[in-house]
Amino acid sequence: MSIEITISHDDFDIAVLHDALQIGNVQQGAVVTFTGLVREFSQGDNVVALELEHYPQMTEQLLLSIAEQAQKRWQLGRISIYHRIGYLPLGEQIVFVGVSAKHRQSAFDGVQFIMDYLKTQATFWKKEHFSHSSQWVEFKASDLQAQQKWMED
Amino acid sequence: MVTGNDAEQVKLLFFGQLKERLQCANYTIAIKQPLSIKQLKSHLISLQPSWQAALNNDLLIAAVNQQIAQQQAIVKGGDEVAFFPPVTGG
Repeated sequence: MSIEITISHDDFDIAVLHDALQIGNVQQGAVVTFTGLVREFSQGDNVVALELEHYPQMTEQLLLSIAEQAQKRWQLGRISIYHRIGYLPLGEQIVFVGVSAKHRQSAFDGVQFIMDYLKTQATFWKKEHFSHSSQWVEFKASDLQAQQKWMED
Repeated sequence: MVTGNDAEQVKLLFFGQLKERLQCANYTIAIKQPLSIKQLKSHLISLQPSWQAALNNDLLIAAVNQQIAQQQAIVKGGDEVAFFPPVTGG
């Protein structure tokens, strides 16, 4: 069992992160990963970039706590969370979440849980840059509903 | 020895849209006795009246020493207090 958490301006290599979940991990039959990207269209305007900031130390602690909850709930093996900060142009990778588990369903659920909690609890803030303006992203009620559904199970 | 008249420092941090509205990322405030988050905010507004609208936003979240805190939570000298809007990462 291991948890790796990285917050960085630098891009990540999915193959390297996937290998770290897989290699030498023969007890587990499933690796599931999610990658979030800067997408083009938001609220009727063309996004040229996202800018992300966070609360150093508090963010790492929160991500560790979220990963520990997921690990316990689904008996996950390895967990890797990588979140970028700074100015990220269109198409760039923002976030990676990957887990290993004995079986597929636990791995899928673990990744979904981590993303739902990350989006509603981890201290990151996102600003969208358009060609002639910029705007802080508003918190979405749908993200909170997605997180809260894990409390009903 | 700390007496009632000695002011102690509290480090304040602001993030996201709040930081931009206040045009301030961090601020040090002196307090003479422990205060609740709510009292600290009032004290801060008395020092920086132009921050009133931005700080009196019900959606703002507070953290004391990097733990999410309610309005009644107590802040004392040496603490780090952060104010920020709802998070939007991922």
